[in-house]
Amino acid sequence: MSEPILALSGLTRRFGALKAVDDVSLTLVPGEIHALIGPNGAGKTTLMGLISGRIAPDSGTVRLVGQDITRLSVARRARLGLGRSFQVSSLIPDYTARGNVMLALQARQGHSYRFVWPVMRDRPLWQAATDILARVGLDTRASVETAFLSHGERRLLEIAVALALDPRCFLLDEPMAGLGSEGTARMVDFLQELKQQAPILLVEHDMDAVFRLADRISVLVYGRIIATGTAAEIRANSQVRAVYLGEEAAP
Amino acid sequence: MDRLRKEWVLNAVLAGALFAVPLWALMSDEPFIITLATRIAILAIAAVGLNIALGLGGMVSFGHALYFGLGGYVAGIAAHHAFHGTPVLGLPGTNQMLPIWAIAMVVSGTLAGIVGALSLRTSGIFFIMITLAFAQMGFFFTLSWPAYGGEDGLPIFMRNQFPGLNTARPWDMFLIAYGVLLLSLGLFAMLRAARFGAALMAIRQNPDRAAAIGISPFGIRLVGFILSGMITGLAGAMMADLTRFVSPAMLAWTMSGELIVIIILGGVGRLFGPVAGAAILVGFEVFFGGLTEHWQFWLGLVLLAVVLFARGGLVGLITGRARNV
Repeated sequence: MSEPILALSGLTRRFGALKAVDDVSLTLVPGEIHALIGPNGAGKTTLMGLISGRIAPDSGTVRLVGQDITRLSVARRARLGLGRSFQVSSLIPDYTARGNVMLALQARQGHSYRFVWPVMRDRPLWQAATDILARVGLDTRASVETAFLSHGERRLLEIAVALALDPRCFLLDEPMAGLGSEGTARMVDFLQELKQQAPILLVEHDMDAVFRLADRISVLVYGRIIATGTAAEIRANSQVRAVYLGEEAAP
Repeated sequence: MDRLRKEWVLNAVLAGALFAVPLWALMSDEPFIITLATRIAILAIAAVGLNIALGLGGMVSFGHALYFGLGGYVAGIAAHHAFHGTPVLGLPGTNQMLPIWAIAMVVSGTLAGIVGALSLRTSGIFFIMITLAFAQMGFFFTLSWPAYGGEDGLPIFMRNQFPGLNTARPWDMFLIAYGVLLLSLGLFAMLRAARFGAALMAIRQNPDRAAAIGISPFGIRLVGFILSGMITGLAGAMMADLTRFVSPAMLAWTMSGELIVIIILGGVGRLFGPVAGAAILVGFEVFFGGLTEHWQFWLGLVLLAVVLFARGGLVGLITGRARNV
């Protein structure tokens, strides 16, 4: 197996007496989609926070391409190549779709302390943003302010922003949320293509999509990873069936 | 695009009126009106400064009187020492506006850097209160500092000089203020359109997103806050020269409030919001102040109406919502 892009080892985070994330280790290797599933309250959001840097761990390390990033700020991690999308669409509402992507490109280049030249006259930046929007099929909506985009379009714009960062890996938090069946199908196709560019750590509630997409699946329950394996292995795992899939099938 | 053109027309009308009215006053020998227009221009410069922090960056500083007053004291102290021929901090005093402005901007920018570095770790109501607390510290410091007049303030016996102009003449003083106002508006427009402005406005709307794509909110905000304090400090130095007097009142919290009121009346984050707001405020003070001493009551009603029904201030009311990148 090749060198992991993202490697978590022994990550633990307590909130009072609650161990929200308990000794979690996992890896993300080039070319794969690694899905993280688990019932509500299993600690997925906390774990994503630990990886992105929003939350500091009590112990354990996060490594990105071998570099220890455990103590770095959210912004530093992003500049090192951690491309993140949000569970609830989190964009700049007053900016157009293109404006959001241009901002990400600008951040990627690391040049935000430029005080003179108008950013909208920056043709290469403008063109690059338009190209990225075309990749996710939003080029016709480029000049629409984000607040006026539909929910599905905003999910795509989230991906476009992540693409603009040209990251070493993608951290996608429920990209299918609220998409509907057609939107989900499109997103599944798109993620298949996206993983060629960089591996994806995917948190997702839509089990059909997860089992279709994921090369590996890790199951998080009460802050611990109880199993990691291929879709077939996870389906066959009796412990997983009991605590998770069984629960969902029951009602 | 139409909204955009409308805003440029309004801006041109405001800029034109602010020049035409005192020009008319010059012709008909009404120096009071010229000085009034100068006051509007200088208050507008101070508010342009605050508009960088508040309008672009969403940093509600309730302490910008600190930089305004500091700029004023730099002008007053420099003139005081030039007048008496005594050194200050080992340097001679000066009665030249240009070096005074430079010093005022460096001093207020430095202080804004310190205040910003400490207060930008908080947000919301805490940020408002910390900026207010720093300004109050400055206020009480000047109040209890006898060397420069304490609570009596410090008079500037002769206006500081500007090369090629006679600053004692109201029209010349107006030209200086108007010129600096246009420059500060140009700087504001430039910052807003640049990458820095894109980052600052994005952080105002969604700091978590900005961080997630690799833009550190703290650094960008701090630079915005420093630039903001520098311009307000420059305006303070000019105001001291206009009134030929500096006193702790320039650092009072009511002054901070006045600057915020100007921006809200004119339009938060809008290029000419400070100009419109300063004109409304001074206009109210002069017009209603002549009719009743309770003119601030009527100003309060207008402010209430703006906050309830016209969030974009005068500029927003006429030209609609701001257009963004």
